[in-house]
Amino acid sequence: MAHMAEGGSRPVQILERLGQAITAKILRLGFAARFLFYLVLHSGVAFRRFGLTIREIYFAGVLSLIIILVSGLFVGMVLGLQGYETLQRYGSSEALGILVALSLVRELGPVVAGLLFASRAGSAITAEIGLMKATEQIAAMEMMAVDPIARVVAPRFWAGVISMPLLAALFSAMGIFGGYLVAVQLIGVDEGAFWSQMQAAVDVREDILNGVIKSIVFGVAVSWIAVFEGYDAPPTAEGVSGATTRTVVTSSLAILALDFVLTALMFAGGNA
Amino acid sequence: MKRSTIDAWVGAFVALGLAGLLFLALKVGNLASFSTDQTYQVQARFANIGGLKVRAPVKSAGVVVGRVSEIRFDTESYEAIVSVNIGTQYQFPRDTAAKILTSGLLGEQYIGLEAGGDGVMLKSGDRLRLTQSAVVLENLISQFLFSKAAEGKDEKDAKK
Amino acid sequence: MPPFVSPAWSVASSSSSIVEIDQVSFGYDPARPVLHGINLKIERGSVVGIMGQSGCGKTTLLRIIAGWLRASAGSARVLGENLGDLDEARIFALRRKMGMLFQFGALFTDMSAIENVAFQMREHTDLPEELIQDLALLKLESVGLRGAARLMPSALSGGMARRVALARAIALDPQLMLYDEPFTGLDPIALGVIARLIRRLNDAMGQTSIVVSHDVAECFDIVDYVYFVSAGQIVAHGTPQELRRSGHPFVHQFVAGEPDGPIPFHYPARNYRGDLALNGAHG
Repeated sequence: MAHMAEGGSRPVQILERLGQAITAKILRLGFAARFLFYLVLHSGVAFRRFGLTIREIYFAGVLSLIIILVSGLFVGMVLGLQGYETLQRYGSSEALGILVALSLVRELGPVVAGLLFASRAGSAITAEIGLMKATEQIAAMEMMAVDPIARVVAPRFWAGVISMPLLAALFSAMGIFGGYLVAVQLIGVDEGAFWSQMQAAVDVREDILNGVIKSIVFGVAVSWIAVFEGYDAPPTAEGVSGATTRTVVTSSLAILALDFVLTALMFAGGNA
Repeated sequence: MKRSTIDAWVGAFVALGLAGLLFLALKVGNLASFSTDQTYQVQARFANIGGLKVRAPVKSAGVVVGRVSEIRFDTESYEAIVSVNIGTQYQFPRDTAAKILTSGLLGEQYIGLEAGGDGVMLKSGDRLRLTQSAVVLENLISQFLFSKAAEGKDEKDAKK
Repeated sequence: MPPFVSPAWSVASSSSSIVEIDQVSFGYDPARPVLHGINLKIERGSVVGIMGQSGCGKTTLLRIIAGWLRASAGSARVLGENLGDLDEARIFALRRKMGMLFQFGALFTDMSAIENVAFQMREHTDLPEELIQDLALLKLESVGLRGAARLMPSALSGGMARRVALARAIALDPQLMLYDEPFTGLDPIALGVIARLIRRLNDAMGQTSIVVSHDVAECFDIVDYVYFVSAGQIVAHGTPQELRRSGHPFVHQFVAGEPDGPIPFHYPARNYRGDLALNGAHG
């Protein structure tokens, strides 16, 4: 390390630091993967004493309901307004139902609900676990021969995985209702045409099921990131706050990247 | 927070979520797809299937009676072999014709069945003999231009 | 009360030692060991203090005894088991016989006091709920906080929280109790309470206790034997009376609380005149 003080030239130093940063990130990713594996293996307690998981579903899912429902409603209403604006130029305003429903069910429901879940519930989970670690509660649990990953981390992880698809479905449902309010009640699009065209175009297997699969994948990703960052946080105030920020940022990026991959797999391409 | 209160809220949340999913599946999507119904399979060969995709609807008189299940290419006859699942409640005569049609002007393509007059009905594994390929827009345009050019030439010939 | 003690270096009675540390070294970074060549023995039924300055390695030593950290050299035998031989599962099993009181209690903040105390019983036993409640109340009574059973940790003062944590640690009657700086940040009354509780519980329940602390007054009052740690090594050991009379410079400085001695007052620095630039460099 002594030679770094005088250098290599600046570019070399930058490269070295970059290399170290990348290596550190890869090591961390590996650690996170092992963590997830261990977590899933020791999830027996979370299911046998399901009360633990139910409690976490309350804190992660139920307490996110308000923001999900309100956001869904507004997103749906905006879709209705914007969609109408464009469609009626081509005389296709009756396709508004299709526009709103497909946008929500395929994309906006899983993705926006995922982003909201990550910032509300994900950051809360990270902060909680990080704080428990900082105040030695995790250590105390280990000292009492109780595996903290099984008892504290696993229930929160599974609660997130269970809550996400439900929240995404509610987001989409609320959004479609919002779109209906704007289209039929506000603008005056024909109600029958709105629903029947929607039903003809939205396929349960292709669109709705794929949307549900997306939200489950996002749920796993967000929950994994949230519990890992919390567990790995340095046991200080700055450590915990940095970890919660990282949870929100990493979760959001992961959701958007996974969304691209899943959309490409599910909706694009071929005769299928 | 008491245990029973939490259980109540979580139960309500899960019920609400499932209701949302049900709403999406029933009111928004078309759950009346042919995934659970009994179907029988027939095949049809086309020179050109255009933009036909698997799971495209099969309609007769405008009503959905089945779905496209598989699309293959025959390397010997250089034709497309399309397999179609039709609901068992819909019986068609053996000489039914299959055409590839477009819904609307620029919409999705589907298979339209026009019932023939034969007394014997199609069975599973049968082949539809009469088929009409998809209309390819480029061919249509070149046909139109060609016929327009031919018209002009005829007129000139007639004037001479 | 007869001190039940024998000097660490003596050969005999290894069967009555609850803890035997033999030439143990440890470092988070192999190049800079935090502990080297530690030898100590803790006899059954005694209360032993491990004392030293902040950062001298005494908490690290406690963590090695608790099985958290693995010694890089030497052997550590606790409750008859060699810690180096044990895997995670067996260390967990061993911890059932140990209890630890953390510096600030480390109570679970989402549970009430009695639920904290009942935690181990609920996790490790199949006892019926009423019995668990009664046992938890018993433990709280022994630390004098039965009346605070339903309070949440946020409603407890520092001293009360630590007492509840103590009740929680002894819930399953461990053989070995570890105390990590139990006297930190307490008022004189709470200090006295904790100190007396440590001694009384140790004797009443037939435990063996290790107290890591730097509070000389309280510690010397209740322990049978003390080990002094400085810069990762045991520099002195003995009974409180022996150590009060000791002429060892470090012990003397520590016990008397003198600012200067073997542990210097000044952190190593450059020449004072040079620092102040009085040698005419800037004029």
